[in-house]
Amino acid sequence: MTVKIDKFPGVYLHESDFEQGRVLYNTWDPQAQYAWDAGIAIGRYLSELKQGHLVGVRCNQCRRTVVPPRAFCEWCFRPMDDWVNLPDTGTVNTFSLCYVTWDMQYLTEPQIPAVIDIDGTRPSVGIMHLLGDVDPKKVHIGMRVQAVWKPEEERTGSILDIRHFKPV
Amino acid sequence: MSQEVAIVGIGYTSFRPLTPEVSYKELVYEAAVKAYEDAGLDPRSDVDSIVSVAEDFTEGTSIFDEYVPDQLGGMLKPNVTIPGDGIHGLATAYMQIASGIVDVVAVEAHSKASNVLTLPRITAYAMDPVLNRPLRANPVFIAGMEMNRYLYTSGATREHCALVVAKNKRNALLNPAAAFGAALEPDQALDSEMVAYPLSVVDISPHADGAIVVVLASAEVAQSLTDVPIWIRGIGWCNDSPSLENRAWGRAIYAEEAGRMAYRTAGIRNAMDEIDLAEIDDAYSYKELQHLEALGFCEYGRGGFLTADGVTEIEGALPVNASGGSIGGGHLLDASGLRAVVEVALQLRGEAGAHQIPGVETGLAFGWRGVPSTSGAAVILSS
Ligand SMILES: [Zn+2]
Repeated sequence: MTVKIDKFPGVYLHESDFEQGRVLYNTWDPQAQYAWDAGIAIGRYLSELKQGHLVGVRCNQCRRTVVPPRAFCEWCFRPMDDWVNLPDTGTVNTFSLCYVTWDMQYLTEPQIPAVIDIDGTRPSVGIMHLLGDVDPKKVHIGMRVQAVWKPEEERTGSILDIRHFKPV
Repeated sequence: MSQEVAIVGIGYTSFRPLTPEVSYKELVYEAAVKAYEDAGLDPRSDVDSIVSVAEDFTEGTSIFDEYVPDQLGGMLKPNVTIPGDGIHGLATAYMQIASGIVDVVAVEAHSKASNVLTLPRITAYAMDPVLNRPLRANPVFIAGMEMNRYLYTSGATREHCALVVAKNKRNALLNPAAAFGAALEPDQALDSEMVAYPLSVVDISPHADGAIVVVLASAEVAQSLTDVPIWIRGIGWCNDSPSLENRAWGRAIYAEEAGRMAYRTAGIRNAMDEIDLAEIDDAYSYKELQHLEALGFCEYGRGGFLTADGVTEIEGALPVNASGGSIGGGHLLDASGLRAVVEVALQLRGEAGAHQIPGVETGLAFGWRGVPSTSGAAVILSS
């Protein structure tokens, strides 16, 4: 419909109108800073990542083994029973090739966010991470991948202690 | 009101300045487990619906309702998160049951105020971005201005406000869940450091972390679960205009109207005669006096004199904030109103422990959303 209209009714505004103060407006920069307590489950998860380990938790009632760990089973509404050491390998459940950064810059080489179903979880559940060391054209669902860890001295207790996952 | 609704389960954590050992999810889970145990319910099979109150800006997470279900056993159930006071959440849960669409609803509210590093800046975000925020004043000035005008027009004094501080901090000593109990003399309160004249540092309730879950049920379910259902007899809420320029600085009209609605729905004609105790917002000391008057317990300007006469003490004719309120217990952001509900319900059950008031049957809880809001909610509970 709009293709038939040469000029929309009204007053056109240009960037210079704002720059030169012909249009009045207000701006505000938020100062919103938080320091979230990681707590029992995520606290241990992060400290294990710092050691180069991936850990999950098991519920003996529904027999699930899940990662990231949580203090209680959301299905059974009871505390989780055991901590479980998990391998740092898994399978790509789903992925995307993302050509925009989160601050909206265009990328020629895409970021590859993926959910990686970690071996040893049950039913298989994944962690959100990025894929790397891989040709974007060759990434596929079901691809086997492994964590690429930062060197120990660079690890801080963060999911970024894993740099990314790469094909194996 | 049309359909009877009762509180059948109460769970809460202790309220503390810092809770570094648990995440907010783990904090809420503790309160939820206690509430469901108290109600004798399995949340996965017996709870129909979840209502929570949370403000994205204080959580630091957008669309916060996404993060609510797990810790309440609410997965794959109706969930709604309201950016309001805990009593707004209670009202929503009440309406869900009264309308007949569900029988059992859990209401949740929490505070992780300690995790918000720039809380005054977040509060400032509640002010008009064009007219007020550019002044770049800490929003506590709003409480200072309100207190100043209130003292000017009502005849209440800073001494009266100091009595409120001393009373609530002393009451909190009897409440193991309260964060800021102290044996503070009114004189010491008067001498404390000025923050936003005439508001001094002890006139301001300090923030605390904590979580609260209350389970509501329809009459039939409630009577099958417990011998001591606490009935919601009336509920009301009101917002005034937000304008800092044009508001009635000396009066809490939102509280007058919220109270009027609660009294109308409860069939209460004389608050002082028919209500045995009140837990009412004391985010700032003068607010307890202002809200006491607005809720019709006395004439405008008489709240301070009532306090000086000892009427609002635990042993008085109308105990107010026997729990210690926010000044003694810690301000829980939007969970503060739900804490007031919990305290009234415990009192009516006779389970308030060392600060139990003997022989109470009807109580009022009132929450206010804090500066710069004119948003209040009231509920009348009866055993
Ligand atoms: Zn389970």
